[in-house]
Amino acid sequence: MASPSYPRLRAVLLRVAQSIPVVIGVVIISFLLTRALPGDPAVYFAGAAADEASIQEVRVALGLDKPLIQQFFIYVGDLLRGDLGQSISSGQSVASDLANRLPASLELTLTALILSCGIAIPLGILAATRPGSWVDHLCRVLVTAGVSLPTFFTGIVLIYVFYYLLGIAPSPIGRLDFIYLDPDRVTGFYLIDAALMGDWETWGGAAKQLVLPAITLALFTLAPIARMTRAAMLTALSSDFIRTARAAGLSNRKVLYGYAFRNAMLPVITTLGMVFSFALGANVLVEKVFAWPGIGSYAVEALVVSDYAAVQGFVLAMALLFVALNLVIDLLYTVIDPRIGFTSK
Amino acid sequence: MTTSHSRRNFLKMGMAGASVLPFLRAMPAAAQGSDTLVIVTGQTINSLDLHRTGTNRPSYQVAVNCYDRLVSFGTKEAPGGGLSYDYDTIVPELAESWTVSDDGMTLTFKLKSNATFWDGSKVTAEDVKWSFERAVSVGGFPSVQMRAGGFLRPDQFAAIDEETFQITLDKPSKLSIPDLAVPVPFIINSTVAKANATEDDPWAMEYLHTTPAGSGAFKVLRWSPGEQLVYERNDDWVGGPLPAAQRVVVREVPSPATRRALIERGDVQMSFGIPDKDAAELAELDDVDVFSTPIENCMHCLCTNTQFEPFQDADVRKAVAYAVPYDDIFQAAAYGRGAPLWGGEAEITDTAWPRKTQYSTDLDKAKEHMAKSGYPDGFDVPLSINLGLASWMEPTALLIQENLAKIGINATIEKIPGANWRTAALVEKRLALHLENFGGWLNTPDYYFFWAYVEGNLFNSSNYRNDEVEALVEATLHMPVEDPAYAPNVIRMMEIALEDLPRIPLYQPALNVAANGSEGYEFWFHRQLDARPLAKV
Repeated sequence: MASPSYPRLRAVLLRVAQSIPVVIGVVIISFLLTRALPGDPAVYFAGAAADEASIQEVRVALGLDKPLIQQFFIYVGDLLRGDLGQSISSGQSVASDLANRLPASLELTLTALILSCGIAIPLGILAATRPGSWVDHLCRVLVTAGVSLPTFFTGIVLIYVFYYLLGIAPSPIGRLDFIYLDPDRVTGFYLIDAALMGDWETWGGAAKQLVLPAITLALFTLAPIARMTRAAMLTALSSDFIRTARAAGLSNRKVLYGYAFRNAMLPVITTLGMVFSFALGANVLVEKVFAWPGIGSYAVEALVVSDYAAVQGFVLAMALLFVALNLVIDLLYTVIDPRIGFTSK
Repeated sequence: MTTSHSRRNFLKMGMAGASVLPFLRAMPAAAQGSDTLVIVTGQTINSLDLHRTGTNRPSYQVAVNCYDRLVSFGTKEAPGGGLSYDYDTIVPELAESWTVSDDGMTLTFKLKSNATFWDGSKVTAEDVKWSFERAVSVGGFPSVQMRAGGFLRPDQFAAIDEETFQITLDKPSKLSIPDLAVPVPFIINSTVAKANATEDDPWAMEYLHTTPAGSGAFKVLRWSPGEQLVYERNDDWVGGPLPAAQRVVVREVPSPATRRALIERGDVQMSFGIPDKDAAELAELDDVDVFSTPIENCMHCLCTNTQFEPFQDADVRKAVAYAVPYDDIFQAAAYGRGAPLWGGEAEITDTAWPRKTQYSTDLDKAKEHMAKSGYPDGFDVPLSINLGLASWMEPTALLIQENLAKIGINATIEKIPGANWRTAALVEKRLALHLENFGGWLNTPDYYFFWAYVEGNLFNSSNYRNDEVEALVEATLHMPVEDPAYAPNVIRMMEIALEDLPRIPLYQPALNVAANGSEGYEFWFHRQLDARPLAKV
């Protein structure tokens, strides 16, 4: 009875088990790399006017006076207890920083991806079905523009036009204008939390703030998705099974969406996974321009001041996120294409 | 302060009108009106407690706005428009009056009898004593700053009775009372703090880090690190005139371009700490007021390290001073904001500091000095800059490099990451030629000289030593400025410093603030926002 789901569950567990060495590796590497960063955090955080004694006090307080190997075991011990440490630069625990900032970044990235998929996939399909037409050219122009304009530039242009000149966009000062209160925290995604509270005023406020940064990021992520959709659709449309389907007299619609698109989706999903990862990275600049309190700017600031705990926490959170993402993508493969199974491995 | 807690306060305190509008969780329109000020800044506030290790400079504004000190500085017109604190006038804040004993060793403060903390309890001398003991005991920057005023040990402080507080100094110093007006010796509600102290944390560092407990003009309504800080006025404040703004929102916007768009549009009332370039351009606009106040007792300098052999030659140092393209630097790096420090008279007749030096760009003189020196054919030298301050250091270094090449000095620019800078420049003092920007909080020349020209002291990154300067600083540091020996001593040390040139003054930098719809901005030496005098117009 449980047989259909059982192998899949086992496969998922196997996958999760396979990711454990990856995470261990990430923990070791992130620890060593942060220690290799130039600069002495104790000196930095003691402040410019501090004397030798107070620097030493800070060093002891940070645990940096101990040998490296001992620091590592303390770090791992804390990790196992779920303690990511204390960020010195933000003054908060790393766990609470991540819990505050990761949803902000994810909300922005996911909104941007949904937006860009909503444009890129239809555009790619249209371009593939009518190669050489104006749609194809439009697709090409959009893709070239999107990939060649850096996000901070697009962001500033959008602010200049829609906020500064036209005045239709809200002030680019973060996730919510100061006149609103944060919705009660459930997921950390303002749109979801506000909707859960039924507070549509705040929902509208959060959505308005999201529009420009999401468009900025969407423009950037449009290119690979549209290109990949177009290429995959072209390949699929020229394959034998499509010719057979057409010869069998199936409707154009059925051929296009039932057979060609479904087959073309595999590379698109793969690309989507990659795009998601680099979009989270590219976020940094968008976050800076729109004052978005996300994870990218947090990590960069932590890196600049050698805030070890924050950098390690960030790297670890990202690693876990990608392990989860890869798992989801692998599972999606099996849903889209039943020929791909875990059992073959 | 947890989010849910502050939300409750926020709803309770600020939103009397909101109950009428059950579905509108946004602030009522009235709250956006004349009594809420929105200020944007590019900096992050990382703690609400200045005494904590790791608290960054932008966080000092919390100590200013939320806590009181015994005394404060007065107000004067600032050069370049707007207002400035006045170092020469000390005004009461929590202290009603004070007396200095005849030997100058005992300072007795009488506290205002109506001063209360936010929780309604009375501010007592015990609170002051506890707070001062905390400042001298926690180490790091707060204790260093306390030491500058002669406050070294907890046993110097005594609560005589509920409203009388006494400090006993080891020696009289003119810096003592001004040092009580800097942000560091702020007064904490010791009852609340002690209730939240633990054995490991006797000074309640963890608690006060997120939850201020003071008597100041503003309470913290909510704080989201990396996003915003919202101040709410304390209507019972007795430290000074009640602030005009009911609520002040300090929002962090990292991108200067975004901050500029916001202030130009007038959606925010103030942009604090804007780049020199934006200040120069915004000043052209009608509806934006730009305040560029030269920072007192601060200079941007080119430092010649005496451990680097060619710089032991006085002629080489003078050649460098004549080769520096001062005006180009002032225009390219500072966009003309601040004050020039070149082309003055050689003869010094007053104690103003920073002051115009007798040097200006003169390549012929520079070449003459090079020819006279022991290095007529020039030499190679690294010119080091701090990447964290690249916005002014990089253009400055490039311009200096170009002109040094004309007198045979081949400078290569060495960029040092911000996290390493302090160790390399100030602790190891190993940078041969570098840029430096020390500014002293206490505004007297001898205080600057103490930090920057005395051997071994932190900001003397040139390893400079001159026996006469050492003696003069020693003699003047605690001497009252009215003393007849003071002015001649200070003039003498300036003459030596500008003759020996371990630091070549370039220009006096400015703190730039743009206002659009607010008034009352006042410059402070700590270069952070003082929200108390601000009002919306």
